[in-house]
Amino acid sequence: MFPKGTKRKFSDSGDEPAAGGEDVNQPSSVAVRMLSSYSLQRQSLLDMSLIKLQLCHMLVEPNLCRSVLIANTVRQIQEEMTQDGTWQIMTQALSAANAAAQCSADRLVATEVLCRQTEATQGEQVLKPFPAVGSEGCPAEEEVVVEEEGEGGVTMSTVSPQAPTSYLPGTFGMDPCWEEENGEDEEEDEDSEECGSGSEEGDSDRLVEDSRTAEQVFGTFEIKNPAPSPDPALEELFSDVDASYYDLDTVLTGMQSAPKMGPYDLLESLSSHGPSPLSSSTSCRSDLNELDHIMEIIVGS
Amino acid sequence: ALELLKTHICKPSRWSCGPPAAEGNVQDEESDTRKINNSFLRDHNYATEADIISTVEFNPSGELLATGDKGGRVVVFQREQETKSEPQRRGEYNVYSTFQSHDPEFDYLKSLEIEEKINKIRWLPQQNAAYFLLSTNDKTVKLWKISERDRRPEGYNLKDEDGRIRDPSTITSLRVPVLQNTDLMVEATARRVFSNAHTYHINSISVNSDLQTYISTDDLRVNLWNLEITDQSFNIVDIKPCNMEDLTEVITAAEFHPQQCNTLAYSSSRGSVRLCDMRKQALCDTHCKFFEEPEDPSTRSFFSEIISSISDIKFSHSGRFLMTRDYLTVKVWDLNMETRPVQTYQVHDYLRGKLCSLYENDCIFDKFECVWNGSDSVIMTGSYNNFFRMFDRNTKKDVTLEASRENSKPRAILKPRKVCVGGKRRKDEVTVDSLDFSKKILHSAWHPQENIIAVAASNNLYIFQDKVT
Repeated sequence: MFPKGTKRKFSDSGDEPAAGGEDVNQPSSVAVRMLSSYSLQRQSLLDMSLIKLQLCHMLVEPNLCRSVLIANTVRQIQEEMTQDGTWQIMTQALSAANAAAQCSADRLVATEVLCRQTEATQGEQVLKPFPAVGSEGCPAEEEVVVEEEGEGGVTMSTVSPQAPTSYLPGTFGMDPCWEEENGEDEEEDEDSEECGSGSEEGDSDRLVEDSRTAEQVFGTFEIKNPAPSPDPALEELFSDVDASYYDLDTVLTGMQSAPKMGPYDLLESLSSHGPSPLSSSTSCRSDLNELDHIMEIIVGS
Repeated sequence: ALELLKTHICKPSRWSCGPPAAEGNVQDEESDTRKINNSFLRDHNYATEADIISTVEFNPSGELLATGDKGGRVVVFQREQETKSEPQRRGEYNVYSTFQSHDPEFDYLKSLEIEEKINKIRWLPQQNAAYFLLSTNDKTVKLWKISERDRRPEGYNLKDEDGRIRDPSTITSLRVPVLQNTDLMVEATARRVFSNAHTYHINSISVNSDLQTYISTDDLRVNLWNLEITDQSFNIVDIKPCNMEDLTEVITAAEFHPQQCNTLAYSSSRGSVRLCDMRKQALCDTHCKFFEEPEDPSTRSFFSEIISSISDIKFSHSGRFLMTRDYLTVKVWDLNMETRPVQTYQVHDYLRGKLCSLYENDCIFDKFECVWNGSDSVIMTGSYNNFFRMFDRNTKKDVTLEASRENSKPRAILKPRKVCVGGKRRKDEVTVDSLDFSKKILHSAWHPQENIIAVAASNNLYIFQDKVT
């Protein structure tokens, strides 16, 4: 996922030297680290909030005050991410993922959830899939994976416990356009698919970094780096995938671990399609994260 | 100095009320209530969730103390009268009446359960021998009459003493029933049921100073009722947007002014309080006064709005001030000044650095209540770890106390507690990380005249009294 020897701590502990080659076009690594740390926290908060909103489907009517407060928090994060430009990247990736569906990138997430809350009171027991960015037809849940730039590149993301109705995981590897853009994403998504149901409980179990701030009780996430970087060759990325998955394995032990057949299958299928240039390793990672999300959503429950 | 007057532990086993009579009343023998006091842990030592106390309220004279729990039950305590033979028992509260106020319901239209948890109890001032209180769950408000009966008619012709119908052929003579003295019985009867007026969950009720009307408040609306009329209520505040997608703010509490029967205040999840005058127009959507403190930009975070959400408002007894409780602070507002509170008290500012964790475990949504003492000089509110805090508005001193079983020996003086925020922990201090966030004091009440407080910690009720030296 990123070239060997390139290490970037996800918290700005300054223990390790800044990352190497992929940072060529980045601003100073310290600034990036700080930005990443903040982005990570923000992303985690967003994930958590979305889960909270979705977990409101129970027999008793959900607490409207709580839902409104969480939804407002989500809106706040989204607005900030929109200003950052992060939001656009995320929604674009998700839009690509849902090529079949019509997704408008403009509508805010929270409103959907709120509407769904009130609709739920009409007696609908099954919540409609939470559209990532809006339309009814969009089946994927809104899950943003924050990429962790540290040793081993853990793929963890919070997951909606509810599987979307129409998205078929089987189609994932088959979509050529998807592969071209997000070649790496599928593997990552498969990973997150397996550990997907961790949700909030699993979050706190994830341990990759020794240094964690007190607030990161929800464990490590992958940081989504918004800034694009020069593209490494696809083979180079592929060569690292095995190692990173190995690391992923070590991380995943002790949590919900499912046999990881998926990634390797996909890996083979990907390599058979031949390499295609990717914009950057980091955006690749971010795309992978998007796929993670999607996959988690699919197998979320 | 606060000494522990008595600890009441709500019984783990559910008090089985017999099948309700035709009038819907539930009776408690006075002798039985005495038994409850002395054998707390009768059947099993664990408490069910239904026993968790969800509201505590003294009546206006302070003679009675009512608690409501998650199981829909109301337990009323009465203060012992002063007697010369047992002067030390003065001031003790003993169980007076227990009744099932609300039962779980199922809304068939929405396929949702309606919880029987008692959200609020408010007493009416006593006007005759009986006591009246309003109790509410999420959807329905009920007016209960609690009355004593110490006589009953005996000597019916058609029924025998057990109530069995007598065979008319066995009746050979007529007699006039006479009233005989019996043991004191306390009956609770539901006199009014105010239902079907709230789409959302009721969070507050408040009796008007005119003693004829009251308001019930849910997340989006405030309804005005007449105590005599159950099939009609007036909606006086409605903040529901036309499009629910635009909803960003809900009502969190509302209260009538203690003297001005036309004035009410309601708080929002955005940290603002609006004062409304019902004389102005029928629908009080436009406020007369708007109390909101500008946000401090230096402490801004993603949680700023959540922690600014007001969980409780209380007018002072004087009617001049209004107290609001948000997640980390208690603020006292002068009704004449809308721009900022006159006093702000930090309840547990050490939690400010832990907001993310508290958001994750949902503790950040806990709704703490706050209370004034009778003279409006001290305010009290709850915190975590079964701590509660008192702030003296005049001396600016504050104290942290703990409601726990460890120091629950009767007549034990409560020791002030301290949460260690710095590096070095002194003896007896509690570190922030060792706080138990499952032990929270959300509900408490202060006697209207004396320094007696009732503090609810989960299923336990603690009553503390100021030691008279």
